Amino acid sequence: MSLACENLTLEIAGRVLCRDLSFSVEPGQVWGVLGPNGSGKTTLINVLAGLAQPARGSVMLDQRPVAVLGDKLRAQAIGVLPQHEESEFWGSVLDYVLLGRYPHTTVWRVWGHADEAAALSALRQVELAGFAARRYATLSGGERQRVRAAQLLAQAPRYFLLDEPLQHLDLSRQIQMLDSAAALARERNNAVLMVLHDVLWPARVCTHALLLDGAGGAKAGTAGAVLTQANLEALFGCKLLPAAAQAQAGFVPAL
Amino acid sequence: MRATGILVAGVGVAALSLSAALLWGSAPLSVHEVWRGLTDANAGAARDIVWHLRAPRALAAFACGGLLALAGVLLQALLRNALADSYILGVSGGASLGALAATMLGLGLASLHTAALAGAVAAIAIVFGVTFRGGQWNIYRLLLSGVVLSAGFAALTSLILVLSPAAQIKGMLFWLMGDLSYAGNPWFAAMLLIALTLGAAALAPRLDILGLGETKARSLGVGVAALQLTVFFSAALATTAAVMLGGAIGFVGLMMPHAVRLLGVTRHRLLAPMAVLAGGSFLTIADTCARTLWAPQQLPVGIFTALIGVPCMLYLLTRRA
Repeated sequence: MSLACENLTLEIAGRVLCRDLSFSVEPGQVWGVLGPNGSGKTTLINVLAGLAQPARGSVMLDQRPVAVLGDKLRAQAIGVLPQHEESEFWGSVLDYVLLGRYPHTTVWRVWGHADEAAALSALRQVELAGFAARRYATLSGGERQRVRAAQLLAQAPRYFLLDEPLQHLDLSRQIQMLDSAAALARERNNAVLMVLHDVLWPARVCTHALLLDGAGGAKAGTAGAVLTQANLEALFGCKLLPAAAQAQAGFVPAL
Repeated sequence: MRATGILVAGVGVAALSLSAALLWGSAPLSVHEVWRGLTDANAGAARDIVWHLRAPRALAAFACGGLLALAGVLLQALLRNALADSYILGVSGGASLGALAATMLGLGLASLHTAALAGAVAAIAIVFGVTFRGGQWNIYRLLLSGVVLSAGFAALTSLILVLSPAAQIKGMLFWLMGDLSYAGNPWFAAMLLIALTLGAAALAPRLDILGLGETKARSLGVGVAALQLTVFFSAALATTAAVMLGGAIGFVGLMMPHAVRLLGVTRHRLLAPMAVLAGGSFLTIADTCARTLWAPQQLPVGIFTALIGVPCMLYLLTRRA
C-alpha cells in the first residue's frame, strides 16, 4: 500500500522543476513538502493526484499507475485540498461538504442519509457544525478553508494531498489543522502529504519531508534526516536560528 | 420532503399558466366552451380555436421558455458565472442575422427558418472552434468569444435594419424582440425539453461539483472535459430550438435560474427542473398577455418578459436583502 512516484521529472513551460524524483508515501506517514515559490509543489500534488501528467516518470497507487485508474476509483483513494479554488458556489455549507461524497455515489444512488451524516460529522470535526445551513458565499476566508477541509474529510480518501492547508487560518486553527492531519495518519492509518511554508511546523508534525529547490534538485527522506538547518538555509537562501521548546526542535528565521 | 413540495408547486404553477393560455384569447370563450373544445370532437369553432390555435401556441411558449431557462442553468454552471445567459454562445445573434437577411431578401417563412438555423449553427461552430482550439478547453475564451461574436452579429443586424425598406422593419423588430406568432410545430421542442431536463437532472451532482472549479472537480472524480462538452452542446441545442420557435426572447435565460435560486433552491437536481417549470410558465403567461392585452394587435412577447420579469426580480432581490 503506497502512493509512489518513480523517476519523476516535472517541467513547467520548458523549465525543469525536479529531475528523477523517487519517493513513496505510505500509510501512517505525514509528509511535509517545502520549497521556494514556483518550485513545483503544486505541480507535484497535481501529478501525484493523477490530475496532471509528469514530463517523465510515473505515479503508482498500490502498484498500479494512477493514470489508468477510473476517475471515481482514484477519487476514493486520493483526495486533494487545492491551494486555489476558483469556485462560484451558491449553495449552503452542508451542500458544499456533501459534494465531497461524490466519489462514493453512483448514477442511481446520489447523496443519501449516510452521506449527509458523513458530511455533518466532517463539519463537526472542523467545529463548524452550526454553520451547516449558512450560505457558503457568506463565510470568511478562514471559515471557507475549514469547510474545504471538511469536504475532504467527507471524501474520506486514504491519501490526503494538502496544498498549503494553513492558509487563511489563525494560529489556533493552524495547530488544529496540523493536529487533525497528524491524527489522520496516526489513528486512522491514512497518509498525508502537505505543502507548508512555515519552517517551524514540519519538524513537529511531519514524519517525512520533501524539499524541492525548483532547479531540478530534491531531497526526500525522514524528517530528522532532511529537515536540517543546513538544508533549509540552502533551500530558502536565508539564515535560520535553531529554536527549542519543551524538547521540540524547530527553526525560526534569523533577521 | 421540502424538495417534493417545491416541485409540486412548480408543476401547479405550470398547469395554471397553461390553463390561462387556453382560456384567454381574442375570441371570447367561456371556461365551459374551452373545456368542450378540449374534450368534445364535435365542438365546432371552439375545438378549432383550442386545439389548432391556443394549445400549440401555449405549448410553444412553454417549451421555448423552458429551453431558455434550462440553457441558462447549464451555461451558468459551465462558466461558473451568474451573468451567463442562454445567448452567451452567440446563438441569438447568429439566428437573428440569418432571419433578418432572409427577410430583407424577401424569402418565405421556410427559408427564413432555415437561414436562422444556419446562423445559430454558425455561431455555435465559431464559438466552439475558438474555445476548443488545440484541444484545450478554456471557459474564459468561451465567454469572451461569445460576447465578441454577439457584438459582430449585432453590428451586421443593425446594418440590415438600416438598409431595409421601412415596410419590412416592423417584422424584423418582432423577430429581434422575440415573438411566438410564427412558432412552427412545437412538438419537437417539447420533446427536446423533456429529454434535456431529464439529462440535466441525471448530471446534477456533476453540475454542482463543476462550481468548485476544474481542479477540485477532477480530484473528486468528475470527468470534467466530457462534462463540459456535453453541457456546451446541450445548452447550444436548447437555445437553438428555443430561438427557432420564438426569436430572440430576452430575460428568461438569465433570470429564471436566479429566480429559482432566490427561492432557496441551489442543488441542480431540483434547480434544473424548477427553472424549466418557472421559465415555461413565465413565458406562457407573458405570451398570453402579448396576444390578448392589445388584441387583435399582437405584441412581441419579449416586451412582456421584461415588463413582468423586471419588477418580479427586483421584488425578490429586495426581499432577500
